[in-house]
Amino acid sequence: MGLPPYATLGQRIWYYSFRVICGLIFFFLVAPIVVVMPLSFNAQDFFTFTPEMLRLDPEGYSLKHYRDFFTNPQWQLALKNSLIIAPLATIISVTLGTLAAIGLSQSHVPFKGAIMAILISPMIVPLIISATGMFFFYAQLGNWMEGTLGLDKGFVGYVKVILAHAVLGIPFVIITVTATLVGFDRSLTRAAANMGAGPVTTFFRVQMPLILPGVISGGLFAFITSFDEVVVVLFVGSASQKTLPWQMFIGLREQISPTILAVATILVVISIALLTTVELLRRRSERLRGMSPG
Amino acid sequence: MAEVMQAADGTPLKRSLARALRRQKLRALALIAPLLLFVLITFIVPIASMLFRSVENDIVANTLPYTVEALADWDATGTDLPPEQVYEAMFYDMFLASEAKRHTRLGTRLNYETTGMSSLFRQSGRNMDDIADLSYEPLEDLDDAWDDGETWYALFNTRGVSDATLLNDQRTRVARLSGTAADAEINFAPDAEVSALLPLAAREYTAWAVFVATQNNRDPAERDPWESVAPALVTDLQRADLSGYVGPAADMLRAAQQADLPVPDFAQEFGAMDEDWASLEPWQTIQTHSGTYTSGYFLNAIDAQKTPEGVAWQPEEKQILLTLFGRTIWMSLLITFSCIALGYPIAWLLANLPMRQANVLLILVLLPFWTSLLVRTSAWKVMLQQQGVINDVLVWIGLVADDGRLIMINNQFGTIVAMTHILLPFMILPMYSVMQTIPPSYLRAAKSLGATNWTAFWRVYFPQSVPGIGAGSILVFILSIGYYITPEIVGGTKGVFISNRIAFHISSSLNWGLAAALGTILLAAVLVLYWAYDKIVGIDNVKLG
Repeated sequence: MGLPPYATLGQRIWYYSFRVICGLIFFFLVAPIVVVMPLSFNAQDFFTFTPEMLRLDPEGYSLKHYRDFFTNPQWQLALKNSLIIAPLATIISVTLGTLAAIGLSQSHVPFKGAIMAILISPMIVPLIISATGMFFFYAQLGNWMEGTLGLDKGFVGYVKVILAHAVLGIPFVIITVTATLVGFDRSLTRAAANMGAGPVTTFFRVQMPLILPGVISGGLFAFITSFDEVVVVLFVGSASQKTLPWQMFIGLREQISPTILAVATILVVISIALLTTVELLRRRSERLRGMSPG
Repeated sequence: MAEVMQAADGTPLKRSLARALRRQKLRALALIAPLLLFVLITFIVPIASMLFRSVENDIVANTLPYTVEALADWDATGTDLPPEQVYEAMFYDMFLASEAKRHTRLGTRLNYETTGMSSLFRQSGRNMDDIADLSYEPLEDLDDAWDDGETWYALFNTRGVSDATLLNDQRTRVARLSGTAADAEINFAPDAEVSALLPLAAREYTAWAVFVATQNNRDPAERDPWESVAPALVTDLQRADLSGYVGPAADMLRAAQQADLPVPDFAQEFGAMDEDWASLEPWQTIQTHSGTYTSGYFLNAIDAQKTPEGVAWQPEEKQILLTLFGRTIWMSLLITFSCIALGYPIAWLLANLPMRQANVLLILVLLPFWTSLLVRTSAWKVMLQQQGVINDVLVWIGLVADDGRLIMINNQFGTIVAMTHILLPFMILPMYSVMQTIPPSYLRAAKSLGATNWTAFWRVYFPQSVPGIGAGSILVFILSIGYYITPEIVGGTKGVFISNRIAFHISSSLNWGLAAALGTILLAAVLVLYWAYDKIVGIDNVKLG
């Protein structure tokens, strides 16, 4: 959609001003995230650019907020909890979700619509409502596990948060894996069966490698859901299960420390890495299934 | 006649196919079942328990069972105070509740309906012993043996025929009051003869015995009962015919009956304790909210309340929730429209640029989409603060004086800007996928037929992009009416949503019934919107990234 040589002045003005408007909107989208990064190297405890920083004076920059993040026990506890909870929740959602997605993609599934609605519901229901419901239910579940089963309080706390996060991640796994299975050539499994492979062998040797990109990107979505989730963990967990988003939320609401910006920068870098991975996987998956060269 | 088709093993083909189909269905269900169960237990059941909690109201009847029963016949709309038997029932209920430390919970519950109930209950619970002592002390003066737990135990414990009904009733009473099971073994059973002779005292003694045995793990035979047995005994003695009684403490009972000990005037004592008890209001509140299920929380959620005369609006100063619902909807609409206004040009640009450039620009849209919500919210806090980046830039270029920095955070403006930014990718992505399917040749055709640029866009392009706008709008609207984190951090008091109110009732005011009712209303709204979304777009078309 280039500008034709016969365009009138008005069309030219509109053409360029439209580009400018779009540029401003892109700026609006990206600027807040980009601004956070240099600010996290601030040598002062301020949330704003100091004169030294604007002069690009090395004195104005420091890694002290990163140092604080890696040495402060509160932040370290939060990081540790996030790294315990998110992977375990992801494993649960991916295992159960992939199995169910394979089941759902078969041709004759009774009550398919209703089952799909139930499985997708954690994504549809607003988080605050899920959190409210879970708050009531998981408190009782926790009491039961501590009282009747005699489990350790800290352990029960983790179990509650992991279960809650696992269920929140399931819709993403279901959606991505069923989308991958749509393009799956069913004659491949029949061919495998024809050559004498059992259902388990067929699954692991034929089907799984082909749908793996979809499974991994579903897993990444589930991981990021848990890693980024704060409402449910605030309601279901206790202070010893606080995660990175919890610590950031508390920090933003109460005493605001620039360490948050250092954490934010680290998280942005992680999300760029994840975004790249998912995009590469998507292309690989389409290539594997011969849909498009990507 | 045609032969029946047969499979290789000789069974009719039809049956063989049906069996294969059934097996296939079962295998599919077996694969789905674990996840379905998992979601049902960890998600659907919690949501259902929230719905249940929004109508559940057994605390009043559990804490004050006899009062609720006695109050049932009282006319709450009249001007007469309840009769003496209501005050008497209230005394025994309140005595047990305060020993179990449950009366303050009920006070808190009723305080949601009528201000002042909480302090009334808390303070009255402390004074129950004083009322009981009005009978206990004269009884003790008469015979020191009444001060001894063994006397009471010997009097009420079974001597052969026990009153199983009474014991079970009191077990139920204690269990419902304390919320824990009260079926442990007890070294006591009420004697049927004494319970017929002294019904009230036997009831209160049994309640005490059940309580100490099941809640405190003590042997009732070795403990002194609460003072509340004294007024109960004195009340019974006024009516009891002791002439045929030969059991334990028979002489002591006769002596006490002869002495004509005083029964406390409960109505007067309650009035003296707190004048509120001598007014209609607390009794009206208790009677109005005595049902096991209540619509009260839902009425509260829409700024109404239950009164003895029926449903009425809350007093003016307590009416905040309808305003908040209205604000949630209004601000969500504003956010949706801002997203349309900002998203449309971007989606158009992406759809009309060559693939390679569009993919690069798409990354700029996906980056915020993938960035942690907390990161984006803290970024906006950094940007919008009075000492923040935007104000600094405005001061630096001289648009704003240093002492006249704009207030852009902790108000509606802050919430709308931050949430527009956060939800914008959800608008752009569906619009983009719809616009990709519109052939650019249509626009060229319109122009070659003489349409101006504007006409070509408005009459040809725009109508075809409407499905994308619809999908994006519903998605953004649904997401924004349930938002909590961002308004909480950048919204101050004026820019918060109904979800912040739910969180407030869960974690600060502890009015969980109201939180559940608000959540149920919000959930219903979201489900209706999703139903519309499914009709218009189809849930299956949800794409991620």
